[in-house]
Amino acid sequence: MLGSIDWAPLALSLRVASLATVVTLVIGTALALLLTWRKLPARHLIDAVISAPLVLPPTVLGYYLLVLLGRDRAIGRAWEAVFGAPIVFTFTGAVIAASVGSLPLVVRSIRLGIESVEPDLIAAARTLGARPARVVATIVLPLAAPGLVAGAMLGFARALGDYGATQMLAGARIGGTPTASIFVMDQLLANHDDQVFAMSLATTIVGVAMLYFANRLTHRLRRA
Amino acid sequence: MHSVPGAGLAATIRLRRGEFALDVELRCPPGITCVMGPSGAGKSTILSVLAGLALPDAGRITLGDEVWLDRARGVDVPVHQRRLAFVLQGLALFPHMSALGNVAYGMPDVARRERRARAQALLDRVGVGHLARRRPRTYSGGEAQRVALARALARAPRLMLLDEPFSALDRALRAQLAALVHELVDELGIPLIHVTHSVAEARLLADQVIRIERGAVVASGPAAAVLASAATLEE
Repeated sequence: MLGSIDWAPLALSLRVASLATVVTLVIGTALALLLTWRKLPARHLIDAVISAPLVLPPTVLGYYLLVLLGRDRAIGRAWEAVFGAPIVFTFTGAVIAASVGSLPLVVRSIRLGIESVEPDLIAAARTLGARPARVVATIVLPLAAPGLVAGAMLGFARALGDYGATQMLAGARIGGTPTASIFVMDQLLANHDDQVFAMSLATTIVGVAMLYFANRLTHRLRRA
Repeated sequence: MHSVPGAGLAATIRLRRGEFALDVELRCPPGITCVMGPSGAGKSTILSVLAGLALPDAGRITLGDEVWLDRARGVDVPVHQRRLAFVLQGLALFPHMSALGNVAYGMPDVARRERRARAQALLDRVGVGHLARRRPRTYSGGEAQRVALARALARAPRLMLLDEPFSALDRALRAQLAALVHELVDELGIPLIHVTHSVAEARLLADQVIRIERGAVVASGPAAAVLASAATLEE
């Protein structure tokens, strides 16, 4: 039975989710640092905007992205001019759709990690002559590592499972292949129960394995 | 009172935070000044202001001919540019670094090999050279204090601030560390401000004592004189 299963959707989903995790970790860390800065103007408003994807229906989120990044829009045109390919209905679009959905989870988790760093350690580093950038790089981020790992894990899981926003921005096929979650829906509608079952099982195993290893890593970082 | 040659600290600090008001003038020559007073008197706030971690409403801080703060003229040297050592109450050793890493942290501009050699020499100097590769969670109370002192010395500070660092130690260990602090201050010839509420600790350490109550200086002068009057107040 397994021989007749098409694994390309799972491979595509893993590629999209991995790239989205890298993107959200970088952007998420920067945003989390910004949000822990108390003097930031309109801090709560920015926080609310970043968190919006948590409360929006994924299709609505996808619609906004489509409107914002479409081929006839400023950002979409600029992207196409620089990279020679559009965002919508491409692999890039799938990564962006997955990233935007993951971002609030990643930011929240990293922020918790940053806020758990004892203020006295930061004060000590400053009195030892460290500039703010060095304090962040050598004290804040290393000690917030459990939060970063947890954020990466949540972000990856969310990106792997994205359906609505990906459908809207990247379409049902990317280079002829659907993502795993779209594939499951397609096969269900086509009454291919064995395909639905195999893909569901495979994504479950990948997801649970990720959680397991991330939890172990977080635990080890906390004890270190 | 014995004196050490070098640059002294002069500070006037005025600050109001809700109900709490602080209005003090301090002169600390090289040597050990103990700042004493009940909790909430403003002792720790004074240290934060001197370190540049808190900004007073008005004030001026000079160390020898260096001006660190002059609110009237808009001078406020950032924390990382004030050459000082601050041993916080909880010590704040970096838990993810070895003793060597903690001490070397204050010397980023020194070449790596030289930095490690100097850090090792400082750890040896305060008697904990054997901890070099170990992380803070494995230290005893007295060992942690010594590593914190070594780290504070790494910057070749011109001012040292100690915020009740010995409060968790037993009497014998306190006396040992007090002797070490004395030696270090004599070597460096810098002012050291030691915040404490323990008369016994002040007796061990102080050349000069400043008593603070409700944000104001109520007594200051040579240790023996101020402590004698404090003893009559408390006993």
